[in-house]
Amino acid sequence: MSKRILIKGNEAIAEAAIASGCRHFFGYPITPQNELAAHMSRRLPKIGGCYLQAESEVAAINMVYGASAAGVRCMTSSSSPGISLKTEGLSYLAGCDLPAVVINVQRGGPGLGSIQPSQADYFQAVKGGGHGDYRMIVLAPNSVQEMYSHTCKAFDLADQYRLTVMILTDGFLGQMMEPMTVESGQLTVDSEKDWAVGGKRGKRIVNSLFLKPADLEKSNLERFERYKLVEESEPLHEGYMLDDAEIVVAAYGATSRITRNAIDEARSQGVKAGLLRPVTVWPFPKKAFAKAAEHARAFVSAEMSMGQMIEDVELAIRCRRPVLLCSRVGGMAPEPKQIFDAILQADKEAAR
Amino acid sequence: MTTVFEKTPMLTDTVLHYCPGCTHGVIHRLVAEVLEELNVGERTVGIAPVGCSVMAYNYFNCDFVQAAHGRAPAVATGVKRANPDSVVFTYQGDGDLAAIGTAETVHAAARGENITAIFVNNTIYGMTGGQMAPTTMPGQITQTSPYGRDIKAAGYPIRVCEMLATLDGTAYCERVAVDCVKNVRAAKKAIKKAFEMQLAGKGFTLVEVLSTCPTNWGLNPVESLGWLREKMMPYYPLGVYKE
Amino acid sequence: MIKEVNTLETRILIAGFGGQGILFFAKYLAYIGMEKGLQVSWMPSYGPEMRGGAAQCGVVLSDNVIGNPVVGEPDIFTAMNLPSFAAFENRVKPGGTMFVDSSLISKECSRKDITVRGIPATQMAEEHGLKGLANMIMAGAVLSKLPDISQDVIEAAMRETIPERKKEMFANNMKAVALGLAAI
Repeated sequence: MSKRILIKGNEAIAEAAIASGCRHFFGYPITPQNELAAHMSRRLPKIGGCYLQAESEVAAINMVYGASAAGVRCMTSSSSPGISLKTEGLSYLAGCDLPAVVINVQRGGPGLGSIQPSQADYFQAVKGGGHGDYRMIVLAPNSVQEMYSHTCKAFDLADQYRLTVMILTDGFLGQMMEPMTVESGQLTVDSEKDWAVGGKRGKRIVNSLFLKPADLEKSNLERFERYKLVEESEPLHEGYMLDDAEIVVAAYGATSRITRNAIDEARSQGVKAGLLRPVTVWPFPKKAFAKAAEHARAFVSAEMSMGQMIEDVELAIRCRRPVLLCSRVGGMAPEPKQIFDAILQADKEAAR
Repeated sequence: MTTVFEKTPMLTDTVLHYCPGCTHGVIHRLVAEVLEELNVGERTVGIAPVGCSVMAYNYFNCDFVQAAHGRAPAVATGVKRANPDSVVFTYQGDGDLAAIGTAETVHAAARGENITAIFVNNTIYGMTGGQMAPTTMPGQITQTSPYGRDIKAAGYPIRVCEMLATLDGTAYCERVAVDCVKNVRAAKKAIKKAFEMQLAGKGFTLVEVLSTCPTNWGLNPVESLGWLREKMMPYYPLGVYKE
Repeated sequence: MIKEVNTLETRILIAGFGGQGILFFAKYLAYIGMEKGLQVSWMPSYGPEMRGGAAQCGVVLSDNVIGNPVVGEPDIFTAMNLPSFAAFENRVKPGGTMFVDSSLISKECSRKDITVRGIPATQMAEEHGLKGLANMIMAGAVLSKLPDISQDVIEAAMRETIPERKKEMFANNMKAVALGLAAI
């Protein structure tokens, strides 16, 4: 085990990408993810990599598309308004089954919104965002250590399933510093990509155009077979005081951190509350929620959005229990007290 | 029997889908022959646009990436940066390169990205049925300029070579045409030069090829070549703009 | 398994103007926690402005997993200008401590349930030839409230906090911290 270092979440992601063999980064400045690109611009040229500041978010994601087609591990990062621009490229990456890692350090929206933390891009991340039927694996770290470990995992998953993996984080986690330990041997391995262009392997085409409807349907169906595999194998969740919880709070990312304090407060007052934190928000940990619904009397969805994840919670438990929304938006974060109050409210509703 | 002419092996046997009289076929062949002559086919990656040549990947015997509309220079950048040994070219029409993809074009040139753009200018959106393009001539009738391009409402056409020649990153740009044998030969020479400069690591190279669209111009192939010479060439003069 | 509820946790908030070294101050406290083997979080406020705008940073030091990294109700609050004094005066936890740079803030705190300590840090820095290090004088004052801080930890944390390119600043920063500690 190596030394604990104090590092910003944005920089932890950059270090993780480098440790994972990513040597190509294409980005465009936007707050609050700038430290990530700046870190890449410092590090990559010294290790034979390529940092390129693109002319636009659209260009950046298309550079990722090109680099991925050529078979290298590559990444782009942005924040909410920039991710909207990138959705064209996300759809094309999916249509061509290209692996890529995309970081969204979310900020308040819609429109130019604010530069403060938010989780309002949940739908965009887990339901697609761009055109066409497609999915991305979406990881939601809640600490600087996880910003690192999830990014490493993202590169592996992207290669394994040939799809885009998004790190869905926010301004809190991007800007904050926490200790991080880089475990030795965590360096991930780049896999052989026999489909990549430019490799003298005979003619290779990377393409998402299928003019015959039957061909396009077949390509969609095959892709969804892979998504099914992801849904079976990759859902991740974390529980805190969950096993006997009667009130279960669903929260991901930064909000799950704040929720912990609310759970502690509730427990200290004799309310059996617990946290069920989706670590992957797609695939959503449905089974964990279904299981929690067996002992929970009510759920709370705590999120920095106007009720987005709550829909997945309701679906996962098949609306068998009441689900209350506890939210702050626009760059505001809930305080533990607000979540604690929601727990008490849920407790009351369940008793009705 | 003596073989006096053969199709270059850099083109596949797939039958081209282009309309009769369209000059895409000629331009494809010129590019393919150059790749063969330079013996770089195995390490060439072409980037197909959105537009009539969207399926270029079916015709060239080299690796290909199909790009989103206008994004070919960005995709080419990604491919080239990932694999600097590859020879990378984009093949784009006027809507793709000079309208929706203007930013990607200008910045790839400004960066001196070591790629080659083959820019086919026929003053119209072909695949979508003949709409006004960024290079449509003043007064030219199209589906979306039915009374002729009105410069007061629709502005002026863009002269791409002239514009890109102002950028330090552009190593070479030349405007050619494929309306007659002499010009076809000159076009091939320009295309070869562009690829040679890429191989020498000189930076961004672009060859603009004045081309025809008989179907959407409403002319027969021969009339189209005449229209290219009489109407387009005065507005888009042939020549080397940067070298 | 049900974990122990956090008990030994110190939540610190530092606020002032951009350019006063608020983030550096907070980073130093975070490294103090690192040196002591604690869990640590450092959470800056960030805005569109750089110098002269509002700057604040929350630091949490804990012997257990840190939940909420946002410091809304600090145990220890350091005010380095009047607007932040006014903004957070009433948010300090009852029984908590407020440190005030009294050379910049003349207003009296109205609360009786917290300890208020005024240190004329900006003036002290001027007098001791440590211009620009009022932040570290205040940091020294904050250290007085943290348990078991040895001289070794104070020095080691400073070495970590000061970037390599500014390491000649080490001695003066240490001097400033010592002044702050002595002022309490």
